[in-house]
Amino acid sequence: MNKLTFSLNYRKPKSEYKRSEELMICIRYYHKDSENSKARIIKKSTGVKCRLKDWDTDWHKNSNRYPVKSSDPDHERKNKLLIEKVEAFKIYELPAQQKKQDFSTLLKSKVPDGELKNKWTTYKDKINLVNPANKRNIDVIVVGTGLAGGSASATLAELGYNVKTFCYQDSPRRAHSIAAQGGINAAKNYQGDGDSTYRLFYDTVKGGDYRSREANVYRLAEVSANIIDQCVAQGVPFARDYGGLLDNRSFGGVLVSRTFYAKGQTGQQLLLGAYSAMNRQIARGKISMHNRHEMLDVVIVDGKARGIIARNLVTGEIERHSAHAVVLASGGYGNVYFLSTNAMGSNVTAAWKAHKKGAFFANPCYTQIHPTCIPRSGDYQSKLTLMSESLRNDGRIWVPKHMKDVEGLRSGKIKAVDIAEEDRDYYLERRYPAFGNLVPRDVASRAAKERCDAGYGVNQTGEAVFLDFSSAIARYGKEQALLKGLDVNNTSVVTNLGTEIVRSKYGNLFQMYEKIVDENPYKTPMMIYPAVHYTMGGIWVDYNLMTTVPGLYAIGEANFSDHGANRLGASALMQGLADGYFVLPYTIGDYLADDIRTGPISIDSKEFDEAEKLVKERINKLINNNGKNSVDYYHKILGKIMWDKCGMARTEQGLKEAIAEIKQLREDFWNNVSVPGQENEMNTELEKAGRVADFLELGELFAKDALERNESCGGHFREEYSTPEGEAKRDDEKYTYVSAWEYTGQPSDAKLHKEELLFENIEVKVRSYK
Amino acid sequence: MNLNLKIWRQKSKKDKGKIVDYPIANVSEHMSFLEMLDVLNEELVSKGEEPVAFDHDCREGIFGMCSLYINGEAHGPDRGVTTCQLHMRKFKDGDTIFIEPFRATALPVIKDLIVDRSSMDRIQQAGGFVSVNTSGNTQDANAIPIPKENADLAFDAATCIGCGACIATCKNSSAMLYVSAKVSQFSLLPQGQVEAKDRVINMVNKMDEEGFGNCTNTGACEVECPKGISLDNISRMNREFLSANFGLKK
Ligand SMILES: Cc1cc2nc3c(=O)[nH]c(=O)nc-3n(C[C@H](O)[C@H](O)[C@H](O)COP(=O)(O)OP(=O)(O)OC[C@H]3O[C@@H](n4cnc5c(N)ncnc54)[C@H](O)[C@@H]3O)c2cc1C
Ligand code: SF4
Ligand code: FES
Repeated sequence: MNKLTFSLNYRKPKSEYKRSEELMICIRYYHKDSENSKARIIKKSTGVKCRLKDWDTDWHKNSNRYPVKSSDPDHERKNKLLIEKVEAFKIYELPAQQKKQDFSTLLKSKVPDGELKNKWTTYKDKINLVNPANKRNIDVIVVGTGLAGGSASATLAELGYNVKTFCYQDSPRRAHSIAAQGGINAAKNYQGDGDSTYRLFYDTVKGGDYRSREANVYRLAEVSANIIDQCVAQGVPFARDYGGLLDNRSFGGVLVSRTFYAKGQTGQQLLLGAYSAMNRQIARGKISMHNRHEMLDVVIVDGKARGIIARNLVTGEIERHSAHAVVLASGGYGNVYFLSTNAMGSNVTAAWKAHKKGAFFANPCYTQIHPTCIPRSGDYQSKLTLMSESLRNDGRIWVPKHMKDVEGLRSGKIKAVDIAEEDRDYYLERRYPAFGNLVPRDVASRAAKERCDAGYGVNQTGEAVFLDFSSAIARYGKEQALLKGLDVNNTSVVTNLGTEIVRSKYGNLFQMYEKIVDENPYKTPMMIYPAVHYTMGGIWVDYNLMTTVPGLYAIGEANFSDHGANRLGASALMQGLADGYFVLPYTIGDYLADDIRTGPISIDSKEFDEAEKLVKERINKLINNNGKNSVDYYHKILGKIMWDKCGMARTEQGLKEAIAEIKQLREDFWNNVSVPGQENEMNTELEKAGRVADFLELGELFAKDALERNESCGGHFREEYSTPEGEAKRDDEKYTYVSAWEYTGQPSDAKLHKEELLFENIEVKVRSYK
Repeated sequence: MNLNLKIWRQKSKKDKGKIVDYPIANVSEHMSFLEMLDVLNEELVSKGEEPVAFDHDCREGIFGMCSLYINGEAHGPDRGVTTCQLHMRKFKDGDTIFIEPFRATALPVIKDLIVDRSSMDRIQQAGGFVSVNTSGNTQDANAIPIPKENADLAFDAATCIGCGACIATCKNSSAMLYVSAKVSQFSLLPQGQVEAKDRVINMVNKMDEEGFGNCTNTGACEVECPKGISLDNISRMNREFLSANFGLKK
């Protein structure tokens, strides 16, 4: 079936359009690569528009009819143009498309058939289920207690499975998710500003620079509303307005207000919700919780994930745990950069061990560098602190226009407030008038780097820009003064009133800033600079969230699925809870349905023996190495290579160097690292050593992936592929795929498998926020 | 600046433990307290000695992972912050600083400055939840409006990070502030009403069972709490407790 046809580009269900609305006409080209493959659709805008009532739905039934009816005064010209477009398409597009990519047949996305908006519902109706009596005989291991792992553990236990949950902290409540500040998205449309499931889906795919899987993203948008209902029922105290209803704010990259929040502690409140749901199941004996345990390997029996090897971090004991399926919810790997906004213990170990046991690792180079973090202050710096994106709702970002002011600031002769309004360069508002300070994160970060590279950085290190609240304070102050009948021209009254409003919105963030920097951000603008924050890449999963290893699942930040090459703010929390509460608990049933007669999995098998032996050997090697350098010594060097060569801007040359340098550093690590203490006791250096050893492998694959992707998309910016104005240049023809890497012995020898990305419900466009 | 650190070292749960002196030089006032300890540890490791074990993770004052009793105060001399948010500018050249673990019968030391806080989790397991299923059959979130004032108060109570400073500070090692924060959060919201009675009784009983002391209203916990959890929560919990036990009006 190779077919060329026309269609209207619907952005929402047809029934929601008025008959008089104008829609773009697209060419659709259906074709199959071989007899048995799925039909692929290429969609291309014709630039010709047509009102709904002038569209002849049955035009193709008769060779004499044309798409645009004669009721359109301009129908003749339009139809002629359409014919021309088709001819042009045939001549120019078809040969190019025939240079087909070698997409992998190993990667089965398992996206169900049917219309996008019905896929999930129909699929859920048909999926295999395990009956409640049988669930009692099935064990599931969950590694991680963040929003993803916590919610999954609670729901799986509630459904009746026996759940064993692991985390390396001393309590499940301390998973990294608790640090999330700004909020969680949901397509509730409580503000009545035109939000919908489709719009959230559209924003997420566009925000991700068209590098995510449509069906997964749509499902995420679909279940998002339910998350809010669920959390409120659990007693999560979201912010409310004076009428007692839920309040919303906006985040970058979108034009609606759909972010639910609990001051600057949204992650905390959501995680405590999941934690309390877990506690209920722990009390019922359905979850057995293993705190201060670190997973060090997955055990595969007969090709299926059947357990893990974990180290008890208090006693040092190496333990075996078996189950019918293993779920990884171990978070992201931003700490490969040493300095990031992630918790100190966040690691890639669980994911990396799974990768080495057969799970493909997808898009490792997609990293998010968050634009608003507190700049670093010295070499002893141990981590970076995020200032939530929500601040960009009210803060304006600028640097001085003139070099003399920059110099004045650095030498301490002048302060930010001394610089006159007209001498300030609000560069985001200048470059991106439509979105202004609310452009997506990757765009905002690169713009800050551009200004600082050009020499306009406002602190000693030259790596900082201002985030200024004075306009917001004045604006809110005037509003309040008017409401209260006070004098709007009295600056001190207005400032005080405005300050109070800003405090009520961001109080804890301002306090955090003041404690760290020792400056009052109500009075002087904050200084910020981009920092590593989130990793879009992760373990490859199919629509069921299963990895390439049967029975091994990955959810939350640990997987690669929903955010493409760039994540929008407030969407990670949404994804974690969607995966854990609403998706995995269903899809895992489909796999476990075959295990109802398996019985308990024994830990006395050669596979467990073997895995445990390797884990112990590695630990002994680290302990007995007697080298001369500390673990942090290596981690810092690795971090610097990553930041300089695989950071906000990457080049072919730099990436090649990074690969060589990381390889060498890894060798040096294994020869010269020193880990004091013993293996059979609590040993925090040993824990760090194991994590850094894995980062040293991941870093190399990361650089390799970035080198392979000869385009700029989302968080991955290659200098060679940019416009003269510094905007990213994507290459859809060559790179509309997921890079999934198979481990073959050395990170740099990893084998690339490509999953093709098809966009059937969204027109792929250049991402513009201008 | 140069400092003289006196740090509690204890090899394991069973070990007796003692204070050991560690002089440290060239500490920058911009460092956080934990970064200062990182520098010390780096020095110890390079000498082949075992570093000082302490709990930490987020270094943003939100996980509640870090602890430390610094010069006799939980989370050190600054107010409204956790140890990881404490900065060296609060100290001056030549200072002697005592660094000890949080101490309470219910929070035994595991190693050096690390304590076992699992008893605090067990109190939550006794009732710190709303019994709602998590599979999604819930009503619309805006179906029950909640007065902003109550929502805000519930939020304030819910910001407890479970660090245990209140317990370590209290001369009776009471966990009242910590427990009352959770009880208050739910008692201020309609969602938590159905099980309010059982919740407060079960949590208080569990607290006693785990070996936490009684509250004698010294108020020290409120002063040291890094999140500003207020004593009002304790009064609110006492009212809940009385009404649950004796049917008194709240
Ligand atoms: C400072 C900050 C602010 C953020 N703000 C927002 C926001 O406002 N909105 C938003 O949507 N997103 C935000 N994010 C992103 C979001 O918080 C994370 O992506 C998300 O919380 C990840 O959740 P998770 O459940 O996948 O993993 P995590 O919460 O990272 O949990 C990982 C879990 O795995 C466990 N674990 C890891 N490795 C092992 C191992 N080897 N063995 C045993 N256990 C292990 C850990 O103990 C932990 O329990 C923010 C991130 C940061 C850093
Ligand atoms: S009440 Fe305060 S001091 Fe006590 S555990 Fe909670 S946050 Fe820590
Ligand atoms: S390290 Fe997280 S609260 Fe201090």
